[in-house]
Amino acid sequence: MSALFQKVIRANEFYVFLVIVAVCLLIQVRSGQFFTANNLVDLANAMVVPGLFAIGAFLVIVSGGIDVSFPALASLAVYAVTRFLVDSHYEGGILLPFAMVIGLGALLGAFNGLFTSRLAVPSLIITLGTANVFSGVMQGALSSVQIAKIPPAMAEFGRSSLFVATNPVSGLTSSMPVSFLILVVVAAIVFFLLRFTMFGRGIFAIGGDESAASRAGFNVRRTKFWLYVIVGVIAAVAGLIRTCGMGQMHPTNLLGMEMMVIAAVVLGGTAITGGTGSLTGVMLGTLLIVIVQNSMILLGIPTFWQQFSLGLLIIVGTGISALQIARSGNGLRAVLR
Amino acid sequence: MKGAAVQTLLSRSGSLRALSRDTHLTRLLVMLAVLVGFFAIVKTEGFFNLLTWQSMAIQFPEFGLMALGVMLTMITAGIDLSVVGVANMAAIGAAVVMLGMAPRGADPATATGAIAVAICLALATGAAAGALNGFLVAKVRIPPILATLGTFELFTGIAILITGGKPKSGLPALYGEVFAGKLFGLIPVPLIVFAVATVLIWLLMTRTAFGTKIYMLGTNATAARFSGLNTTSLLVRTYTLSGLYASLAGLVMLANYNSAKADYGSTYTLLAVLIVVLGGVNPNGGNGRLLGVVLAILILQILSSGLNMFPNISNFYRPLIWGGVLLAVITANHLSGRRSSHRTSKGQGQTK
Amino acid sequence: MSECVLAVRGVSKSFAGVQALSDINLEIRPGEIHCLAGENGSGKSTLIKVISGVHDPDEGTIEIGGVVHKRLTPVEAIAAGVQVIYQDFSVFPNLTVMENLALNTELASKRKLVNWRRFRRIAEEAVAKIDFSVDLDQLVGKLSVADKQLVAISRALMSDAKLIIMDEPTTALTKKEVDALFRIILDLKARGIAILFVSHKLEEVFEISERFTIIRNGRAVATCLPEELNRRTFTQYMTGRDFEDAHFQVGELPPEPALEARALTVTGAFSDVSFSLRPGEILGITGLLGSGRTELAMTLFGAYRPDAGELLVKGSPVRFSGIRAAIAGGIGYVPEDRLTEGLFLERSIGDNIVIAQIDQLVTRGLLDRERKTASAAEWVRDLKIATPDPENAANTLSGGNQQRIVLAKWLATRPDVLILNGPTVGVDIGSKHDIHEILRELAGSGMAVIIISDDIPEVIQNCNRVLLMKAGRITDEIDPGTVTERQLAALMTGESDQEGKH
Repeated sequence: MSALFQKVIRANEFYVFLVIVAVCLLIQVRSGQFFTANNLVDLANAMVVPGLFAIGAFLVIVSGGIDVSFPALASLAVYAVTRFLVDSHYEGGILLPFAMVIGLGALLGAFNGLFTSRLAVPSLIITLGTANVFSGVMQGALSSVQIAKIPPAMAEFGRSSLFVATNPVSGLTSSMPVSFLILVVVAAIVFFLLRFTMFGRGIFAIGGDESAASRAGFNVRRTKFWLYVIVGVIAAVAGLIRTCGMGQMHPTNLLGMEMMVIAAVVLGGTAITGGTGSLTGVMLGTLLIVIVQNSMILLGIPTFWQQFSLGLLIIVGTGISALQIARSGNGLRAVLR
Repeated sequence: MKGAAVQTLLSRSGSLRALSRDTHLTRLLVMLAVLVGFFAIVKTEGFFNLLTWQSMAIQFPEFGLMALGVMLTMITAGIDLSVVGVANMAAIGAAVVMLGMAPRGADPATATGAIAVAICLALATGAAAGALNGFLVAKVRIPPILATLGTFELFTGIAILITGGKPKSGLPALYGEVFAGKLFGLIPVPLIVFAVATVLIWLLMTRTAFGTKIYMLGTNATAARFSGLNTTSLLVRTYTLSGLYASLAGLVMLANYNSAKADYGSTYTLLAVLIVVLGGVNPNGGNGRLLGVVLAILILQILSSGLNMFPNISNFYRPLIWGGVLLAVITANHLSGRRSSHRTSKGQGQTK
Repeated sequence: MSECVLAVRGVSKSFAGVQALSDINLEIRPGEIHCLAGENGSGKSTLIKVISGVHDPDEGTIEIGGVVHKRLTPVEAIAAGVQVIYQDFSVFPNLTVMENLALNTELASKRKLVNWRRFRRIAEEAVAKIDFSVDLDQLVGKLSVADKQLVAISRALMSDAKLIIMDEPTTALTKKEVDALFRIILDLKARGIAILFVSHKLEEVFEISERFTIIRNGRAVATCLPEELNRRTFTQYMTGRDFEDAHFQVGELPPEPALEARALTVTGAFSDVSFSLRPGEILGITGLLGSGRTELAMTLFGAYRPDAGELLVKGSPVRFSGIRAAIAGGIGYVPEDRLTEGLFLERSIGDNIVIAQIDQLVTRGLLDRERKTASAAEWVRDLKIATPDPENAANTLSGGNQQRIVLAKWLATRPDVLILNGPTVGVDIGSKHDIHEILRELAGSGMAVIIISDDIPEVIQNCNRVLLMKAGRITDEIDPGTVTERQLAALMTGESDQEGKH
């Protein structure tokens, strides 16, 4: 039991958790509105899309890469599907949109995978290129515009809720979207994938030492390729959830989110150099950022501070872990590092 | 005397040989020639119009200056993703000073003074922002990609706080007249700014110890420390320069748009990185030539301006083409690199 | 001859017209401990790659366990029982010992899912084979070098290996760890597993190898028994040349020391180190890995700050604030690991040479390129660096020439004291000889030189005094003229083993 305790307090996740608790208490003391049912549901709602993106970004970072193309990928996949369904006056259920988005996400992910698995170029550079290609196809070839009226099934899915939470004092209500279940399911599947499949262990192995992985018998190319396919699917699903939730297709809504998502993954203790990190940490890191962003209003801080505080959070968070790494090294060597 | 002459001759022939050996540079030159040839033939009229060239020369210094800064950081094996944030923050700072010191209707002398103060403040802001990046990378040891990603948010956040997210406009007319103007009515001032900035970087990279040192630092940071280089100071100076150039880009943008806003030039981060990689700078540090980066800037500008002459190709195709060119170039480099590495596999084995 | 585990017959291999291997024959019997020796670039790595299926031979056959192969894939080689343990061990630092041990086996049996209980069983079985006691849940990145090697060995044994090829296995191990490794190898031998050592140092593997095959320029020049070899014949086979073993004769020394250490201490590394060094001397500092010899060198070079004691340069006390201060104080340091600490491989030879003194080449803020080129050319000439053009990248040269670049870099700073840590590690014997010549000349011209090395013949032949370091202290001062190599080796290791037993 004490060994478990030791393990817990040594884990990075534990400290992120402590920070979250501290932030929550602070907000609660200042506003008295944090631990209310509707605020918690709002937070859960706001977690869904960044949470899904973070899972995808996490997978790539663990494998030793960095993906900045997922918002563009999601936007393109969802825009193309929505456009097609709207133009063909689709009146059916939600399953077809999901199936189409997943298929297209896989295809675009494969495009990423094709390059990243074959070229010895940092994946940041490659995905920078593919991100431009994706948004170029969307804005140029598909000449994307805002689609105000999305297919009814999508709008309905966006409105559907698991339950509604009411704030007893203010009377404000918030509903828990069904899409939250998707986040839970995807997180569970990815957890299983990483923990209990050789493919998942291969992602960690490649992030640890790519040439050792290929000597051990992992098919590094194939693993990387399918990794990007999976990330493409997750990103596209997140994009569809966002569009449904907004009740309209806003093609550039997601663009620029990559920075915030990568920050969340790193704040959760994932090593940017690859090989180490946990899904728990990723979820906590995302939660921290979502809480900070969502609670500004509760604290009466103008939203103008949002971006500033996000930057500060990234710098302080990564700075602390960087200093920890520098300290944990051999004391003598530290002079030279 | 004679010995020195032979020496220079030798070193010159050395760099000539290096040029012919640098297949990437050759590839960029061919690409540029093909582009110019293509547009010259297909769109002769528009392409040989002075206005086309002038508008290009006004546009590319904005992202070209940022790319020069990113290039320096990438040579040290880092990256600077904060350039757009720095540029906007500096431009907004300059705008605030100008509006404060020389409100609408101020006399020309006041306006001139305000502009001078504003420019100095903007450049100082850029240098300070860059120094913060350098400090985070060199002292706190945050990986450059994360440090500058964080400061990008920070600087943009500051820009939003100052402006409340709204554009700052109504600058003294003099500022736009000078900085977006044309020398002798012919050469756009941004082009001159870019040219001078490029020459300065060229001098720095080839004619100073600093230039050699950052290449060495990017190649092997440990060996650099063992050779007595002050790596912290080198990194701080490199990022400071990058910040300075970004603020210069901000001043150019301020003149071109006649206003400043926190989210101007949002595509330029990716564009600057793309240019630097396209120009042949190794993202792992230690390698890359200024000439390659300048060629890459020209290629992208000519490509997008050339396409603008086709009315049925929308501006929105630009990212598609930029991304496509980047992927094509890294793929081509990979394929040709694989061929040559087969040839030299023995030599590489020896060094292992 | 079919009782051989491995029989390489008439193998040739060329790359782009360069003959890497020609007509190599090599036979290894079950349970044999065989040493494959050769200089860097002699073709020994290529031979290993042919045996393990990475390269296909142009001619010849490879017979493993009685099956003759014209060409081999890595998977076939592993299936036939050939395992290679690379110098970097090919382990995953970010994964646990258990996973490192089990992954290969599970991949080989094409499993798709992970069963952690089976993983643990496999790992327990693997460590049991060599009685390796280790926490299976520890991350491999946190293990010592020796333990990482044991992880690699246990893993290799899991695939029913008949032949284990070890690439330079003792380089980074302490004496005690080497002894432990040799015990394990003898145990494997008893079970009929053959070992092929790859090495370029005779001392490392002499005591355990049963047969030697020496290759030079892609040809097997000798296959012999240990009793047929001594260092001289070994060197001859390796290089094809014969070297005179002459001792360094120190000239007349000025009374004033160039460098003096008084009770120098760095907590956790070494303590109470005192010595003085006069211009013209070559002082040897020898000791095992972990004796504090590298930390001492780094302290003299300003990289570590002493916690106690005094350092005097030319009679006046100094406290170096860092490496730059030490360089300004006239200290030069040729580091231990040439590739990671000394060289800028992709940069030009000229830049590599001038970098430590580049600030002296600046006039009015600008780099004087003519002086830079001239300085580089001068050092290339003086140190006989074999290059057609100093503008070429440093990685176009061999190990010996690369080491000369690092030497040139420090000589260019005109140091009063030059410290060399392992000056000839991984350098071919010809260059090694030349580097020793250069050091003697430097001492002759009045430079104070310190050679830190565990290469016993190197310190005995090239130093006029040798300090012995053990567990962070200087335990002996030896006159190389009166001590044999065997005696020094005994001094180095003898007592430390007893210390270990306390």
